[in-house]
Parts: sequence; C-alpha cells; structure tokens
Amino acid sequence: MITFWVAVLAISMLLYVLLDGFDLGVGVLFGLARNEMQRRVMLSAVSPIWDGNETWLVVTGVILWGAFPVVYATLLSALYLPLLVMLSGLILRGVAFEFRHRAERTRWVWDIAFAGGSLAATFIQGMAVGAIVEGLPVQNGVYAGGDFGWLSPFAVLCGIGLCLGYALLGACWLVKKCEADVRDKAYRLIPYLSLGLLVFLIVVFGYALAEDLRVMGRWLERPYLLIFPAIGIIAAIVLAASVRRRRDGPPFYMVALIFAAAFATLAISFWPYMIPFSITIDDAAAPHSSLAFMFWGEGLFVFPLMLIYAAVNYTVFRGKVRTSTEHY
Amino acid sequence: MDLTALLLSRLQFAFTISFHIIFPSFTIGLAAWLTVLEALHLTTGRPAYRMVFEFWLKIFGVAFGLGVVSGVVMGFQFGTNWSSFASKVGPIQGVLLSYETFTAFFLEASFFGILLFGRPRVPPWFYLFSTAMVALGTTFSAFWIMVNNSWMQVPTGYTVEKGAYAPGDWLAILFNHVVWVRFPHMLLAAYLTGAFCVAATGAWYLLRGEFHAEARIMLRMGLFLAAVLVPTQLFFGHVVGDYVHDDQPVKFAAIEGRWRDEQPASEVLIAWPDETAQTNRYSISIPILGSLIGSMSFTSKEVGLTDFPVQDRPPVAIPFFAFRVMVGCGLLMLFLAWYGSYANVKETIGRNRLLLWAIFFSFPLPFIAILTGWFTAEVGRQPWVVYGMLRTAQAVTPFLTTRAATISLLVFCAVYSFIFAFGTLYIYRLLRTGPVGTLIEPPTAAVPNRPMSVVDHPATPAAPHLTAGR
Repeated sequence: MITFWVAVLAISMLLYVLLDGFDLGVGVLFGLARNEMQRRVMLSAVSPIWDGNETWLVVTGVILWGAFPVVYATLLSALYLPLLVMLSGLILRGVAFEFRHRAERTRWVWDIAFAGGSLAATFIQGMAVGAIVEGLPVQNGVYAGGDFGWLSPFAVLCGIGLCLGYALLGACWLVKKCEADVRDKAYRLIPYLSLGLLVFLIVVFGYALAEDLRVMGRWLERPYLLIFPAIGIIAAIVLAASVRRRRDGPPFYMVALIFAAAFATLAISFWPYMIPFSITIDDAAAPHSSLAFMFWGEGLFVFPLMLIYAAVNYTVFRGKVRTSTEHY
Repeated sequence: MDLTALLLSRLQFAFTISFHIIFPSFTIGLAAWLTVLEALHLTTGRPAYRMVFEFWLKIFGVAFGLGVVSGVVMGFQFGTNWSSFASKVGPIQGVLLSYETFTAFFLEASFFGILLFGRPRVPPWFYLFSTAMVALGTTFSAFWIMVNNSWMQVPTGYTVEKGAYAPGDWLAILFNHVVWVRFPHMLLAAYLTGAFCVAATGAWYLLRGEFHAEARIMLRMGLFLAAVLVPTQLFFGHVVGDYVHDDQPVKFAAIEGRWRDEQPASEVLIAWPDETAQTNRYSISIPILGSLIGSMSFTSKEVGLTDFPVQDRPPVAIPFFAFRVMVGCGLLMLFLAWYGSYANVKETIGRNRLLLWAIFFSFPLPFIAILTGWFTAEVGRQPWVVYGMLRTAQAVTPFLTTRAATISLLVFCAVYSFIFAFGTLYIYRLLRTGPVGTLIEPPTAAVPNRPMSVVDHPATPAAPHLTAGR
C-alpha cells in the first residue's frame, strides 16, 4: 500500500512538473511577446488545458495530506512565506486567462499578472525543491528554521534554474502548438534557454560538490543512478538535432524526458526519505486503513479515469493553434 | 503557543474560505442549469436556449476561474497555518479531500476546457456530455466537502493512534447521519443561488425592455425552480437544526440565545445577547415555541449555555445573529419566489415593475444566506476545530510567527480584493451587455476550424479570434 501511494505521488508530481511546467513556461515567456497577436496565440496554446494541469498540484497536495500527513504538515508550514508567494502568483495568472479576455482598457494589468504570476510561482517551486534538497532544519520531526529557514543561495539558484527549465519546456510547447512568428521566436529562444539550463546544472553540481551536500554522497554510492543523467544527455542531443532541423514535434518530448530523468534522479537518490534526511516514507505514512480506503476507490478506479479525462482533453485540443480570420 | 498568530490564522481562514464559498455556491447551481439549457436546446431546437446558454457560460467562466484559484489556496492552508491539525486528522480528512480532488476536480477541469473552447471541435452530444460532467464534478466536490466538514462537526468512525486520528470505520464516516442532511442543505442553497441570480438578471432585462425572449426564460425558470426549492430548503434547514440540537447542544443554545435551562422553553426572536452578564437584552420571545422547534414538544426541557463551562462555549453573538439573518433571507426568498411565480403564471409580472425591481435586487440574498449559514455552523462549533475532540487553539502551526501570519493575511486581503473587484466588474459588464452575439455551430466538416463559441459584443474591442485546428 505504501509503495503504491509513493508511486502515485511520484507520477502526479512528475505530471504536474511536465504539464503545468509548460503552461507556466509559456507564462514566463509571455512577457517577451511583441504584439497582441502573439500574446493571443500564446494564450490559446494553453487556455483549454491549464486548469487540468494545475489540478495535478492539488492532487500532489492531497495525496501528501491523506497518505503522508506528517510530510504535508511539515513542508507546508516550513515553507509558509514562499508558498504565500506561489499561491498569489498562481491566483493572479489563473484569473488572467478569463479576465484578460474580458478586460478593455486594463488588458495590460492581466498581461503583467499572467507573466509575473507564472514567473513567481515557477521561481518558488524551484526554490522549494532546492531548499528541500539542501535539507530543511528539522529537529525531532518539527521544523525549526523560523520564517526564513528555507532561504539559501542554493535554493535561489534552483529557483532561477527552474525558471529556465519551465521556459524551455514552454518554448518547446509553443513550437509544437504554434506557427509563424511565435514558433520561429520559440525556436530562436530554445538554444539560449538550453544553454542557460546547462550552465545552471554545472553550477549546481559544483555547488553541491563544494558544499558536500549529503545527496552527493548518495549519488556516488549508487552509480547505477547514472542511467538517468545518461537518458537526459541523449534527450538533449535529440533535442539539438530536431531544433536544428526545425521539426516541431520532438523538442517538447525531449525536454519532457530531460525533466523526467532529473526527477527520477532526485527521487531515487533520496529514497527512502520523503523530507531529506529527517522523515522517511515509513515514518510519514498514514495508518493502513487510510491507505487501503484510498487504494480501493480512488487509487484503483478513479486514478485511471483521471488520466483518461486528461487524455480526452488533450485529444480534443490536439494540433496547431491557428489564427482564424473568418469573422473579420 | 502564540495567541496572535492563532487569531490571525483564524481570520485568514475565515476570510479565504468565505471568499471561496461565494463562487462554488454560484457555479454548482449554474453548471446544473447550463446542462438543462443545453439539453433543452438539443431537444427543442429553440435558439433562445442557446443564446441563454452562451450568455451564462461566459459568466460561468469568470466565476469558475475565481472559484478554482481561491480553492487551490484552501488545499494548502491546512498545512501552512494548521499543521498540528493537518498531521492529526490527515488520515481521515486528508483522505476525504483526496477523494474530492480525484473524483471532482479532474472532471471539472478537463471538461471545463471543452465547455469554454470545445464547441467547434466536438459533436453536440459530446458537448452536452461535457456540460453534464462539469455539473457532476461540482456536485461531487460539494459532497466531499460536506463529508469532511460534517466529520469536524460530529466526528464518527475514528480511533486514536499515537496522538493522531485514524479511520476505524469508513462507512460510519461516509454515512454519518449529519452528512445526509447537510449535503442536501448545501446543494439546495447552491441551486437557489443560481436560480435567484438568473431570475434577477431576467427581471433586470424586462425592466430595461431588452432581450424579451431570453429574459422570460430566465425569469420563468429561475422563479419556478426557487418556488419549489425554497420550501424544500426550509425543511432541510429544520432537519439540520435537529442534528445541532441533538449532537451539538451548546451550539444550539448559542443559536437560540438561551442562557439558562427552560421548561418549556421560549423562542427568542430577536435580542442583544450580553455575554458578560450572561443574559439577553431587549429580548422579544414567544413562550413554548422553543420547545416546539427544539424537540417537537410543548413541554420539553431545553438546555441553556450556562450548563457548559465558559471555555467550552462558542461566542454567542455571531451564531445568534448569523442564524437570524440566514432565516430572514430564506423567508424573503420564499415570498419572492412564490409571489413571482404566481405573477408569472397570471402573466402580470411584466407590468409589475415593483416586483421586478424586488426580484432584481434579490440576487445577494442567497449569497448572504450561505455565508451566514456557514458562520453559524463554523463559529458555533468553536472553541473546537473537531467538535469535542481538538481545540482550535491546539490546531495551529506551533512555530508560526505573528510576523508571517500578518504578512500572509495582508497579502491575501490585497490579492483577493483586487481579483474580486475586477471579477465583479467583468461579470457586471457581461450582464449589462446581455445575451448578444453570433452563434457558432458545431463542426460539420472533418476539419474543424471555426472561431470560438460566441463572438463578443461589437462594443468590446474586436481582435481576430483564435481557434485551434489541425
């Protein structure tokens, strides 16, 4: 039971990162759009699906609360102020989709809200992961870091890194969904974003070595983990090739693969810790009766349905976004 | 434990949940009504139903968005501000919320996208199906929230393990008798909200002499639905009162403003409860009615607040007044729904401008009733977060600082005021503009490449419409 819920949690988190990752990334890039036409195309590429994407964040949250309540309580209360910023960002960008469409003179307000909110939420997510990787100050199972215990150069670095990462994912989504100038612009951005991400990874690696983070030791102990970075490198090569040949489909999947490889590397290198290195999966798990009730209903039957709904949604809105001039 | 951080957290929770509940109450009813309209349009082929559908869909879009973003905050707040509570009740309440997310949110989110943008891409039956799925999702969501909250009101089916609650009997939790009176009470409230908003809009257009066909549909359907639902709601309200009487006697005494045991008990209609003197001032009450309402008897003894230690009593004024406001709104709605429906049948409603104005101004009533109903339920539960088990003061995050709690409360107030101001402005504009625009038909060709469902009013700045195509 515990393993099942760890697996569903991991799948949900990964889906969140990949799916909301690209629409947050489109939000981050939204500030670079030159004109109203480009902004509309960019929004249309994510409007019908962003709500479903963001729901994976809620899924992650409630699986944590139901199946691993201690982790939910500890992480969320420790990251109090960052989460406030993230939620504000998600609120502002979320309402911007509808509000922008309804606004007349104040459209620029929602443009800023969409781009700024996306950027803030992305940065906080990266920073939170950085803080957790570095190790939150936890004593006897209780967070003991104060209002700013999560703040560190490493965490900030991870925040910037995720902004680059989501922006790259977003750019690849735009390549996949759009045509003409938006696609061309996204193509031009991909090399810079990829390069930025590469620099970030090198710096993080160096920092982790220099600071002798505990997670580094675990990587060295488990050389088989190197398969995941290897998958990432292969995906990066295919990405470069398909961008060079201007093939619209593959880049998104390659960046998604890079993200998945990074995610797997992190997750497996912390096993069996949920909050490294203080709370393990077994420490955090809810009683068997909770996990079993979740398993026999939502786990076995509803979870596959959720994936089907999401698939239906993506199938209905497959293909390129086009500008229609039928009415004008 | 820092008292100030506790108080700020309570204020923040009260503020964010009150803000949030406004939108689901509106969209639960609206989603069901959109489904009915779409089904009517498909069966009758009357274009007016489509016009009304498209019009309310735009409003639904804005309100649903506000509900979604303010709902995400709720999912996090249990962990940020109430981490002691979260880790103790997670095995029960976290599981129930996960059921809400799994069964409801994905239905809503996936099919909501199709509702807003999918008309040109899917066949009509599938569009109707999507509308029904969104409505079903909002209803599931309400169900799980009511199961969750009912467990906090009357905890059942639990055991205590290592200082945390563990589920002992899930059937006892799900089939808690309280759930099955409170869930219909909330659902009816949501349908009434939709009904009154729709009827009020119809009344407004008739007063302005515009959109006659659409306005009559809105007025007729809204008022008739309300005429049936309000009495049903009053009945369920009474049944909810029965559970409070039996399971939460101290809350019941606070609502009734009854300080001392009485036999037979009188019913306080209105008064000014004085908590320091433990008595009511300026009280108007009716003898024996209190026993009749509480126990359906002319002679029963009804308990008073002074039977309970002071530290176990809720604040009296808030549940006392909130309850009376809720009931007052209910009675006003009953009058408007019945009189309005009567005038509608008699075909006099179009000439009765006073009645139309009254119906137009009635749209806040269901919202006020829902908010005050929840104030009664939640403030009346104090000082407990899980009734009789876990005190609110023990639920707060132990290391939360006053500084952090102050910042978050201010930020939420600022952000919510901002989006609320613009949200209501946009909804007002949509309502003022009314059901206008060109209808877009579902795809007939294999390659759908049509603009989005309804073209905006020409008064709004026109920009080329976008749609996805292959």
